[in-house]
Amino acid sequence: MMLRLLVTLLMLCLSSASLAAEIETGDATLDGAFEQLLDRDFEVKAQGITALAASDNPKTDALLRGILEGGLRYLTDNKRLVWVQTHADGDHAIDALSGEDYGVYTSRKFKKFALNNAMRGQIRTLLAAEELSNPDPSVRLNAVKSMLDTVQLSDAEQFSKLLEKETDPAVRKAFGSAIALAQLNTEDPKQRHTAIAALSGQLEPTVRNALNRLAQSDPDEGVRVDAATALAEIEEKVHFYGYIETLFFGLSAGSVLVLAAIGLAITFGVMGVINMAHGELIMLGAYTTYLMQQLMPEMAGLSILLSIPTAFIVSGLVGIAIERGIIHFLYGRPLETLLATFGVSLILQQLVRTVISPQNVPVSNPDFMSGLWQINPVLSLTYNRLYIFAFCLLVFAGLFFVLKFTRLGLQVRAVSQNRAMARAMGVRSARVDALTFGLGAGIAGIAGVALSQLTNVGPNLGQAYIVDSFMVVVFGGVGNLWGTLIGGLGLGIANKLMEPWTGAVLAKILVLVFIILFIQKRPRGLFPQKGRAAEG
Amino acid sequence: MLLGKILKGDHGGKVFLLILLAVMIAVPILNALSPDHPLYLSTYTVTLLGKYLTYALLAIAVDLVWGYLGILSLGHAAFFALGGYAMGMYLMRQIGDRGVYGNPVLPDFMVFLNWPKLPWFWYGFDHFWFAALMVLLVPGLLAFVFGWLAFRSRVTGVYLSIITQALTYALMLAFFRNEMGFGGNNGLTDFKDILGFSLQSDGTRIALFIASGLALGFGYLACRALVKSRLGRVAVAIRDTEDRVRFIGYRVEHLKLAVFTFSAMLAGLAGALYVPQVGIINPGEFAPLNSIEVVIWVAMGGRATLYGAVLGAISVNYAKTWFTGAFPETWLFALGSLFVLVTLLLPRGIVGLWRRREGE
Repeated sequence: MMLRLLVTLLMLCLSSASLAAEIETGDATLDGAFEQLLDRDFEVKAQGITALAASDNPKTDALLRGILEGGLRYLTDNKRLVWVQTHADGDHAIDALSGEDYGVYTSRKFKKFALNNAMRGQIRTLLAAEELSNPDPSVRLNAVKSMLDTVQLSDAEQFSKLLEKETDPAVRKAFGSAIALAQLNTEDPKQRHTAIAALSGQLEPTVRNALNRLAQSDPDEGVRVDAATALAEIEEKVHFYGYIETLFFGLSAGSVLVLAAIGLAITFGVMGVINMAHGELIMLGAYTTYLMQQLMPEMAGLSILLSIPTAFIVSGLVGIAIERGIIHFLYGRPLETLLATFGVSLILQQLVRTVISPQNVPVSNPDFMSGLWQINPVLSLTYNRLYIFAFCLLVFAGLFFVLKFTRLGLQVRAVSQNRAMARAMGVRSARVDALTFGLGAGIAGIAGVALSQLTNVGPNLGQAYIVDSFMVVVFGGVGNLWGTLIGGLGLGIANKLMEPWTGAVLAKILVLVFIILFIQKRPRGLFPQKGRAAEG
Repeated sequence: MLLGKILKGDHGGKVFLLILLAVMIAVPILNALSPDHPLYLSTYTVTLLGKYLTYALLAIAVDLVWGYLGILSLGHAAFFALGGYAMGMYLMRQIGDRGVYGNPVLPDFMVFLNWPKLPWFWYGFDHFWFAALMVLLVPGLLAFVFGWLAFRSRVTGVYLSIITQALTYALMLAFFRNEMGFGGNNGLTDFKDILGFSLQSDGTRIALFIASGLALGFGYLACRALVKSRLGRVAVAIRDTEDRVRFIGYRVEHLKLAVFTFSAMLAGLAGALYVPQVGIINPGEFAPLNSIEVVIWVAMGGRATLYGAVLGAISVNYAKTWFTGAFPETWLFALGSLFVLVTLLLPRGIVGLWRRREGE
């Protein structure tokens, strides 16, 4: 038994070694290169790749890319290089050189080229070198950037030649970095000095690694000091961008808080109504987005845009119903309002659980919201957070406009300052109450649309924001929209600034404790209302 | 007699105490009957009743500050949970080396999280007297510090309600963290015995039930005595017009602080009796929903009556047990509607209905 196994193994080894010339392309250079590629020694394989790249066959680039990406295979029966093409009836083998279709083969008949990471790097460098002379500047730029990691002293000359011909400024700059990186390896300390000077202020990780290596182990004292200085300068810049990134995260978290709280700033801040169902009105907005996406699954972008007015109407109508049905009877009894609206929040939560699902529902991001805005190698901002920040400011501006410059806004302010006087002047206060509450609720719905793009949409969505929202309004100062904006953004930034030291949960707790202490000191918040209205 | 003086004119209270006494006598007897007897009360039911009694004590604590002092606390469950944690820590220490990992010094969750040694705040919880002291001191101290800060700067009304809610929310987040050393998400559980008696035995269950009953009875009397006293009358005056009381010359802050702290200690005691009966304490007890539920028990029963709070706590919780068993889907609908209907239609609670008829 053992013996038979050994014999089989031995035969297998022999047979694989004896399979010479497995590929016949008709081109002698290519055949030689591919024979080396199939060798079991990775060094010989690497030589094969070099030989392949050096061949003057016009399809060399495509072949190299095919080897790298795995699309290029060869067939054992006719020894041809082929592309795998998936058709309805199976995988076709298409001759890589002549383009002839050999028909359907099972996947086992296709032989792949074995690669290791060093070889992948080698192929990429070779391909990039080809791309360096591509007519499209963006292709050239990417090619230079992908070569930075593996740049050698011997490449410097080639880059210099290319730089002379180059006209695009961004690519010229990249070539400059590449040449400087290459020259970091020269024998002459003076040239290394020049190279370091050329690299100062560049944020690419490759540059930082190379400078770091030099700062630690360069034989020349002066070069070491120079490299360390340049590195420190770069690190300072990286830190600076790190702060900008934290600031952005903070503004983003803050804009979520502002969005969640701004509706409350109307109902609680202007009307003085404690609406514990506010979080659930946000949740309804998020679910409206989900339902809109279910209605038009093909058009994610359009459905989001349509969700904004729809969510405003849905949440607004629910809000008006709450005001007419419950809160209306409880004016002047804030604690009872709190309890009743809390009951409404429980009912709305359970309604969503029963009607839709107790689980979270998936809401997709439209294309324009996904992706990154890469500002430089260490700073990139995600589009969805950017948009939501902009959206938050837009909603704030809109609301501010409504309250300041429309008839409804005037009436709202009048009723909130002195109800009896407003009524005497002919303002129908009951109608204004309902509309104001509807406005606040509708804004909550819009906030829900925005939140659906950032967090999980589920029945508990609202609960997660209710305490935070109240905190923002109370912190900012009741009855003051600006307070809500500044307070929300400030708390978001404070949260994110603390997070690296304390962790997310502790940062949140600290912020809560801070607000509790802050309210002790300034019970009317950051921007207290002045005048008689404040005494009510 | 002192008792007569305290209960003078308090018909509802007398009825409540008599019923409580009757239940405390009847339940052990019914539990001692043979299981085939039609009136037999299972130990499970006894524990359930014991749990209701601790809830009732919590409701009294809330009614004391809401009904008589006008402070709507949305964070009383935090004091309840802190008392529960103090008791839970004692019960954890009683497990000794009988845990899953068999470590004689560290509780299971600490072994699991690789804690090198027992954190300092766990020292002393091997002794019952120390734990019992902490049950009152920790909630009391928190209420004292919190109240001192809040009342001194005259935070009142809904602002106070919201920051009490933030308090319990912050505590919930804190206790969810494993680094706090209170068992994180899972809390404290798997208790074995209390004062040397097994928690699983019927005798201990009955004893815990009686203890809850006694705590409720004496808690009621203490609160009643408080509200009947001059201090209590000033409290009601503060509830109605705080400024006038201040202008008359009372130190409103001190008085509020005293009553608030006492109420928190009462809530802590309720929590301490609750934990050995349900066998677990976890950060979920700090959830803002729990605190608000207590408020609705009081509103449902009738504010500013004390016995109304007991009635509300027991009836709502009985309904909860029944609903979650029969129609688990509908419980939140029922609870939500209860909030709305009670505030709209029954501003004085169930007791209010009966009192109105009495008055006519």
